[in-house]
Amino acid sequence: MIQFILNNQIIRTSVNSGITLLDFIREHQKLKGTKIGCREGDCGACTILVGELNDIEVTYKSFTSCISPLGNANGKHIVTVEGINLSAELNTVQKAMTDNFATQCGFCTPGFVVSMTGYSLDDNKLNLNSCNDAISGNICRCTGYKSIEKAGFEIEKKLESKDQNHQIEWLIKEGFIPDYFKTIPDRLKDLVMSPRAESRGQKETIVANGTDLYVRYADKLSEEKVHLISDDKILKGISFNNNSCTIGANTTVTELLENEKLLTIFPKLPSFLKLVSSEQIRNMGTLGGNFVNASPIGDMSIFFLALNSTLTIQRENGTERNIPFQEFHKDYKKYDLQKGELLKNISFRVLDASEKFNFEKVSKRTHLDIASVNSAGLISLKNGVISEAHFSLGGVAAIPKYLFKTNKFLKGELIVSETIHLAEKVMQSEISPISDVRGTSDYKRLLARQLFFAHFMTLFPNDVELNKMIAL
Amino acid sequence: MKNIDSYTHVRGESLFVDDMILRQDALFGLVFDSPKAHGKILSVDYSNAEAVEGVIKIFTYRDIVGENQIGGIIPDEPLWAEDEVHFCGQPIAFIVAESDAIAKKARVLIEIEIEELQVITTAKEAKEKGSFINAPRSFNLGDSQKSFASCDYVFEGEIFSNGQEHLYLETQGCYVEPKENGNIKITSSTQGPTQVQKTAAKVLGIPMHKIEVDVIRLGGGFGGKEDQATPWAVMAAVAVQHLNRPVKFMLNRHDDLRMTGKRHPYESTFKIGLTKDLKIKAFEVEFLQNSGAAADLSPAIAERTLFHATNSYFVPNVKTTVYSCKTNLPPNTAFRGFGGPQGMFVIESAIAKAADELNIDKKEIQEANLLEENDEFSYGQIATEVQAKKSWFDAKEKFELEKLEKDIVDFNTDNQLFKKGISLMPIAFGISFTNTPMNHARALIHIYQDGSVGVSTGAVEMGQSVNTKMLQIASEVLGISSEKVKLESTNTTRVANTSPSAASSTADLNGKAVEMACNSLLERLIKVASNITASKDKSITFKDDCVFTGDKKSNITWNEVIAEAMLQRIALTENAHYATPIIHFDKSKEKGHPFAYHVYGTAITTVTVDCLRGVYEVDAVKIVHDFGKSMNIGIDIGQVEGALAQGIGWMTLEEIAYNKDGRLLSNALSTYKIPDVFSAAKIVEVLPLETDGHELAIKKSKAVGEPPLMYGIGSYFAIQNAVKAFNKNYKPTYHSPFTPEKVLMGLYEK
Repeated sequence: MIQFILNNQIIRTSVNSGITLLDFIREHQKLKGTKIGCREGDCGACTILVGELNDIEVTYKSFTSCISPLGNANGKHIVTVEGINLSAELNTVQKAMTDNFATQCGFCTPGFVVSMTGYSLDDNKLNLNSCNDAISGNICRCTGYKSIEKAGFEIEKKLESKDQNHQIEWLIKEGFIPDYFKTIPDRLKDLVMSPRAESRGQKETIVANGTDLYVRYADKLSEEKVHLISDDKILKGISFNNNSCTIGANTTVTELLENEKLLTIFPKLPSFLKLVSSEQIRNMGTLGGNFVNASPIGDMSIFFLALNSTLTIQRENGTERNIPFQEFHKDYKKYDLQKGELLKNISFRVLDASEKFNFEKVSKRTHLDIASVNSAGLISLKNGVISEAHFSLGGVAAIPKYLFKTNKFLKGELIVSETIHLAEKVMQSEISPISDVRGTSDYKRLLARQLFFAHFMTLFPNDVELNKMIAL
Repeated sequence: MKNIDSYTHVRGESLFVDDMILRQDALFGLVFDSPKAHGKILSVDYSNAEAVEGVIKIFTYRDIVGENQIGGIIPDEPLWAEDEVHFCGQPIAFIVAESDAIAKKARVLIEIEIEELQVITTAKEAKEKGSFINAPRSFNLGDSQKSFASCDYVFEGEIFSNGQEHLYLETQGCYVEPKENGNIKITSSTQGPTQVQKTAAKVLGIPMHKIEVDVIRLGGGFGGKEDQATPWAVMAAVAVQHLNRPVKFMLNRHDDLRMTGKRHPYESTFKIGLTKDLKIKAFEVEFLQNSGAAADLSPAIAERTLFHATNSYFVPNVKTTVYSCKTNLPPNTAFRGFGGPQGMFVIESAIAKAADELNIDKKEIQEANLLEENDEFSYGQIATEVQAKKSWFDAKEKFELEKLEKDIVDFNTDNQLFKKGISLMPIAFGISFTNTPMNHARALIHIYQDGSVGVSTGAVEMGQSVNTKMLQIASEVLGISSEKVKLESTNTTRVANTSPSAASSTADLNGKAVEMACNSLLERLIKVASNITASKDKSITFKDDCVFTGDKKSNITWNEVIAEAMLQRIALTENAHYATPIIHFDKSKEKGHPFAYHVYGTAITTVTVDCLRGVYEVDAVKIVHDFGKSMNIGIDIGQVEGALAQGIGWMTLEEIAYNKDGRLLSNALSTYKIPDVFSAAKIVEVLPLETDGHELAIKKSKAVGEPPLMYGIGSYFAIQNAVKAFNKNYKPTYHSPFTPEKVLMGLYEK
């Protein structure tokens, strides 16, 4: 049985946990404000909020319900547009939208309203998000966004005076959300949760948050038993130990982004990770999911390859094995994970002051798009000489590519244009991009060169020159 | 006034077809479509699919009682394929089952054998092979051939503009219910309820009066639901005719993308001749329109390409020809602009090419050729109330073009890895259906005895806020508050024989009808009021829900007058019919006066290109736009901003891709990208041009739906200028969209 609170109502249901939350909301609960636009997390019309109880507070994140398994709602507060409506007045977000003519046909509108309400509920302590970031996963075909953006600015302005210590009370008082929100923490605590089955059946598909599997197999999974791992504590968390950082496979991109220590290690982390999908998908998509999706252009794979990371894999009997992440992907969509094994975590050595890291991604649309080519690079310097180089490139081979030859070539070299020029030739020799909907192979080779140079121009602007790197 | 639906929109309470609560015995439909782009059907085996529990029936052309024909302009398109298929995604059968999931399971069990025939995917290939939808058409003015001889400069070139997926957020769909006596009610997400009704009647072999089509609202249309909402509704209606149970059919996104047509790709060749003073003396174009596998609206779209081939320029010698080329793609269809954008992109490219060859700024040629009062268009209409120069010079002055240009030169001097580009884009877009007989509309208005008012028109609400405008007109003419007026759904039993909501004309046509109906009602009510007040008719007006005599507010309310009218047995219902005057067009001569008026404007676009990575941002689009006297500036600016974003998307980002077998590669939202909030122009500034408006525009408020889309063409040339600023070896081509791939290849072209 799955138990959760849907808006202001407790739901206890024995509907198969593999159906999508969207279908449960629209078909079983007949709540029609959540719309179906694409069923692959690419339009945001089905955006809902998922509230999770942490000690005394509930934190809310926006999800696309079309690719969320119902089972993941267990123990949560699920909020649809109906759940943020006040009785007759428009709430603050809704009012900002109508005042700015930010709704035309109205089909995408509830999704935008929910995303913006999610933004309002975000404690935003790290000040990482703008309202535009919050709607990065919402597509509108009518307005051209300027009116929606204006509504967002109004909301940002209102939220400046938010009382962070009593934010739910403040939001209720200011008409952002209905009164019942303040009862949610206690009511979530009161839900008597039945223990989840720990062992998994051989045939069950393992699902974290579904951002990949539900795009492809939602129909199939809605009729099957799925093994849901998103609440599995041992797969969660980011920890630091002896200069090493270990990140659970179930960690979402947003959780990386909100980790203060990671932000110190990678000051540009927000600008890197905002190139990864959309707010909703970052709230759902996990590292492990991105690794086993095994796409040659997986952003997280490319990111962690360049950190020279190690994977920990849990065998069915509970024992563990470690492998270098560079060896995990074997061939197109093939990787080193046996039946019954589970990706547990990934770890990497924390960078020191002599090390520099950069991430680059170019896609047709800058946000919420799959890369044509992406790349990451880590350079360690000793006395001005490269002591270690770890570059990765996506979209140029059957797997997310760790550039073994290039990295070896760079070791022991100085950072000067002449060397990078030669390194690029080595890089080209170890990639084999194909022409597809993300670009021709010629384009991908050119783009790979540009992004390779972009790392050096970003990290060592005084040591290299673009023209020299290209034209020597 | 805000969009009258905005309250329910933001609360998620607005109903779309997919949100209707169904009858308990409702069934669900799904199309089985051709996996091949061209071939003979040798066999189809439905037996395994039919055996799936919960499958009720699989319909094919054999189940059609009437005609298996849905072609609107030319009868060349079957509802379901019979022995041949002509595009990937062509419907062959319709599975009706107890649930969507069951229908999907059944679909994969259908086995089909097709003998493949040669596949044509490009217009050029179709022309070489003589594969056309209909005869080509040509517009002629002066003598272009002779004039080239006296031109100082003559340039030629080739141009391509790609298609564009509508990507209405709400996919195509309908819900069809049986009523008594074989009557059928269709609720459809269509821009053309009458088209649905007429086609359903023909296919079902029953009279139109047995079919009621109701449209609540659309989750976006953009032309994609003008003709192509029809087949789905008709399929479901066929099933209802046989099963006597309701059938719901919403296309899922992948099916919608695969099965429906898009904006037409065009391949064109041009020849442009100029004199030393940069006057365009002669212009010739051959447009090859990739029409897809059936006519759909292609002939009308081709015609509009010719109408707009010279955009807002006067060219004394013009010869333009368009071929509607039959290919093995889904039939391409209406999309905001309706062939106009494709025409304008060609002349803008021709001017850009000439400027490039002459090493001058494109805007010098543009400015030297802007339309003036009494200039003749190539189709014989004389331009009047022309705003081309006014909007151009207003834009230059109010947005300080010189300063913008200087800033860009400075920026480009100071920056090696980032370059900015700028371009100007004037537009002139004709308003009216170019098929003159379609320019009519009706309104049915009931004043209920409690004083409240219900308005029905043929206008379909799809986000353009036409219902808000209808309400404004009724409330203003009747002098009553907006709360007293309700807009009804669009329904063929209340307003029949309608033209589709298209051609930017919906508010003009239907609004004029509303105005007429309200005026007729008003005339009768004034008589009633004058009896009550004992004043002369002439001094009576209605305002603020009250009767005024002269300027004086009386204590007699609207409601009292309505109550009195009831007692006097005065008709409180009125139906009015409006047909646009003046317009005409003679296709045998290709001359006439097809447009009620033109809409003008000028946009200045600036972009920044990241020359290391080949990506770009649109910094600003600043527009002076001819709204006439806008009756709702908030809504109209929303139309400009939305159309602009679509135009920029078409020119830069949105890339339809078919492989050589005619299979759509950009077949999901993960592979077909439309603008998101970050790819919108950073700044959009819209200044209304000061004008008197036009008598044929409703309340002198000009049509606004389509024209601003073409401002987006400016982004192509702004990016091109930035690429030129980085790479002097770049050889400009005119092949849209200008994707990051083309930008990077251009930046590093040797």
